[in-house]
Amino acid sequence: MTRTTELLPSGRLHLALHTLASGEGRPLLLLHGLGEATPSACPAWAAGWPGPVLGLDFTGHGESGVPVGGGYTPESLMADVDAVLAGHGPLTIVGRGLGAWVALLVAGGRPRLVHGVVLADGPGLAGGGHQPPSPYVTLLPTEPGRVPDPYALLELSHDVRPPDYALDFVRFAVEDSEVDNPIIVSARVRPDWLAVVAADIGVLDLSLEEALVAVA
Amino acid sequence: MGADDETRHVPGARAPDRTGSLSSSGLRLALNEWGEPDAPILALVHGGFDFSRTFDVFAPLLADAGWRVVAWDARGHGDSEHAHLYSWAADVRDHFAALTFLSDGPVCVLGHSKGGGQMLDLLDARPSLARAFVNLDGLPSQHSAPDIPDRERQRLRRADLESSLDRRRRRNDRRRRPDTIEGLAERRAPMNPRLSREWLEYLVTVGARPDPEGWRWKIDPVLHLGGFGPWRPQWSMEHLAALELPFLGVLSGVADDPMGWKSRRGDVDPYLPPGGRLEFFDDIGHFLHIEQPRQIADLVVEFLEPYR
Repeated sequence: MTRTTELLPSGRLHLALHTLASGEGRPLLLLHGLGEATPSACPAWAAGWPGPVLGLDFTGHGESGVPVGGGYTPESLMADVDAVLAGHGPLTIVGRGLGAWVALLVAGGRPRLVHGVVLADGPGLAGGGHQPPSPYVTLLPTEPGRVPDPYALLELSHDVRPPDYALDFVRFAVEDSEVDNPIIVSARVRPDWLAVVAADIGVLDLSLEEALVAVA
Repeated sequence: MGADDETRHVPGARAPDRTGSLSSSGLRLALNEWGEPDAPILALVHGGFDFSRTFDVFAPLLADAGWRVVAWDARGHGDSEHAHLYSWAADVRDHFAALTFLSDGPVCVLGHSKGGGQMLDLLDARPSLARAFVNLDGLPSQHSAPDIPDRERQRLRRADLESSLDRRRRRNDRRRRPDTIEGLAERRAPMNPRLSREWLEYLVTVGARPDPEGWRWKIDPVLHLGGFGPWRPQWSMEHLAALELPFLGVLSGVADDPMGWKSRRGDVDPYLPPGGRLEFFDDIGHFLHIEQPRQIADLVVEFLEPYR
């Protein structure tokens, strides 16, 4: 099918939610990596999903709005996903890179609306590491509306991801989800936060294809 | 309920001598200044849920001592533009924009509370911005986070998480609740239990605006106290240890002030920069410069005198 797009209000901006494939049943939501956007067509690995396949462009990416003056955090992107859950949940999520980190957060933040997340490789998987990197403060040239927003690239590659913080979200998801194993790790690269998540009780370690079967 | 157009007065309060604005990557930040325009600059950075006019008593004392005192409103606070996104890092960058807007060279800087903590980050990253740095009760330590069991900490984080997401869902409908001057002062009192009602009512007249339904705080209704994230207070201590410039830290020892960081002398001493000075007042609350403006201004003026 041809990709269609719905604009969700988000403050004074909007979020672009794309439908990549139609279907009956629980939607599959794709979350892209840092600096990426929703693909123009449904990826081959998602073609067998029985329900609709959706893709969200995070704030400052793709066709979503670009804020003035940055201020990005993964937690603010979690709220982007929550805007989708408000109208389309419950759903299942596959997150790439940065999208994997955000998927974990929202799995813990809205455990009853997220029926499984698959954490996959992609840009922005590591973030700024498990403790603050050397401080770096700079002003970037302003180009209104430019995507990906340079401030998104700067800020979302420096955010700190402590493993114990990640584990809190695992616990929230495992305790309250209606799915037996709400978190599946398929990424081959394992930054510190993802290594402890993958090793935690109740988290599965499967290939992307196996994971989609498990959460379908 | 109709808005009243009354003004309020407190002894020593003086409106800024000049106002203006600057752009931080396209976001407009409001500036207020007291003192002679050609005097040496002393930049004041306010704390969370405050705004630059909370310096209306303190700043004139510094200006009268020969400083050009400049303060700006953080994004979403006071008369600055409301932003789509808010973060600690964005505030730090806004402070960077303000300081480089004000001067090509280093200036003296004072930060209170969150503003002081953010200046630790900025001056670690950009040490050439400041000639000297005064931090008023903005030194987070392990005592700034409640000492609670892990299970309880998780429960609190979860509650913060859910309420934050719920709030974001309603952001398009949110407005500050209107009230009378007295009503807004009453509602702010729990944050500032040691400050007089006279001061809080004055604060309403400079930090809120009237409309046909009453007075509303100017602060972006999306902003709220608390919140969640991976931030750890001890990270600020690492920034403090990295500084190599004249430093004065001033700590409040009032343990039950709800807005205070609750750091103790022993938390900060090991991280003081070379030659750094630490003053501790166990009888003044977190808003030291508002509770005892003359005493704190005298201390600041004396400390900064060599760095004009």
